[in-house]
Amino acid sequence: MEDVNLANPAGMPPMVRIEALHKRYGALEVLRGVDLNVQSGEVVCIIGASGSGKTTLLRCVNFLEPYHQGRIWVDGTLVGYRESGGHLMPAPEREVARLRAETAMVFQGFNLFPHMTALRNVAFGPIKVRKTPKQQAMIRAQELLERVGLGTKADSYPAQLSGGQQQRVAIARAMAMDPKVMLFDEVTSALDPELVGEVLAVMKRLADDHGVTMMVVTHEMQFAREAASRVVFMDGGVVVEQGPPEQVLGDPRSARLRAFLSRYIAP
Amino acid sequence: MQVVWDNIGLLLIGLRSTLILSAVTVVSGSAVGLLGGVGLLFGPLPVRGLLRAYVDIVRGLPLLVLIFFIFYGLPAIGLDVRGFEAGALALSLFAGAHVSEIVRGGINAVPKGQIDAAKALGLTFWPRLAWVVFPQAAPSMLPPWINVVVEMVKGTSLVVLVSVNDLLFAATKVAERTANPMPLYLAAAALYFVVNFAISRSGAWLERRLSYG
Repeated sequence: MEDVNLANPAGMPPMVRIEALHKRYGALEVLRGVDLNVQSGEVVCIIGASGSGKTTLLRCVNFLEPYHQGRIWVDGTLVGYRESGGHLMPAPEREVARLRAETAMVFQGFNLFPHMTALRNVAFGPIKVRKTPKQQAMIRAQELLERVGLGTKADSYPAQLSGGQQQRVAIARAMAMDPKVMLFDEVTSALDPELVGEVLAVMKRLADDHGVTMMVVTHEMQFAREAASRVVFMDGGVVVEQGPPEQVLGDPRSARLRAFLSRYIAP
Repeated sequence: MQVVWDNIGLLLIGLRSTLILSAVTVVSGSAVGLLGGVGLLFGPLPVRGLLRAYVDIVRGLPLLVLIFFIFYGLPAIGLDVRGFEAGALALSLFAGAHVSEIVRGGINAVPKGQIDAAKALGLTFWPRLAWVVFPQAAPSMLPPWINVVVEMVKGTSLVVLVSVNDLLFAATKVAERTANPMPLYLAAAALYFVVNFAISRSGAWLERRLSYG
């Protein structure tokens, strides 16, 4: 694709490499040959109408959804399969789990563990997966909660927090794994409008200050405009257009993208 | 009532058997049910089929039929069992089938997003079950599980029919000897009630402790 060079000016191996990806649900083909590279430190916002396959694409990257054709590599490791003689064999569970620990995900529905305090939610992954000593993990979790502005809510249970607060805890939980890539799946879509800002602010700061590689599926055009290093427009299970936000959002080339953007009046 | 106090030693020996049999049944039945419930949901297809058959058949049989079946059936194929063992096995299988269904339902009721979140952190199957799924399923599984425990304590009284010296057996023996059944059956009833009431109350207490947030 022509955009590979645009996405990869320094010739570095991509952090996430997606090649000719196909995914079907029964007869319905949701992804129909997606090619996409994400460089280390890039913030890639994926936009598109619902049903365009963007969430499925994100879920394939950490193998929450198995794919049927094509390949995904994260930092050089093939996702979910082992390749031998051109054939894909399912990778053992441990290998998939190890890869998932490197690709943290934040969900539309927060999915915090309701039986744990905010602090425990954040420290849980490092303790159980990374085998970080408990004391150390708790200290780190407290720091992360402070970074998302919730230092005083460490002992609260998710049910005692607002949606925006829960989502910020979920972001801290993902950060605690020190992931190579962070995947954000429409993380503000389930929030009351007045709570969207606080979550986007945390993500913006994360993108600006920490150089984290982020793949962000979103409907927030303003966020894409300000935080993305690249915007990817998906439609009908393929990448239709991609490039810098000012170009993709300001000067769309394809009719499909123009039609899509026209629904966001003065974003 | 004098007749009860004169024979309280015998009744307590019977109660002891009832409690031991109940405890064995509840522990092994719960272990079977835990694995059974997980197997019903996540086992390979043949395992799921076998477990489904086990659960449906056992849940469709009266407990007494199961006890007789094991007590008379196992010796017929050359396995010698005494009443206590046959009773314990039958009761455990019975409890196991019911607990399997409870565990299956409890795990199934945990939102799929919780499993996604646990997977995304890099947890493998068993840790996911132990730290994320099970703690969330436990509050909903507790009340039906307590029901099973109470049913099992009551169910132990059926082993009287395969000559196990349990509480009901002791009460019956003394009643026959003294030709004065009412006080003894009242005493037995009171003891069963005390045990089960204690279980229900502890269950309610546990339920409060397990709720969070």
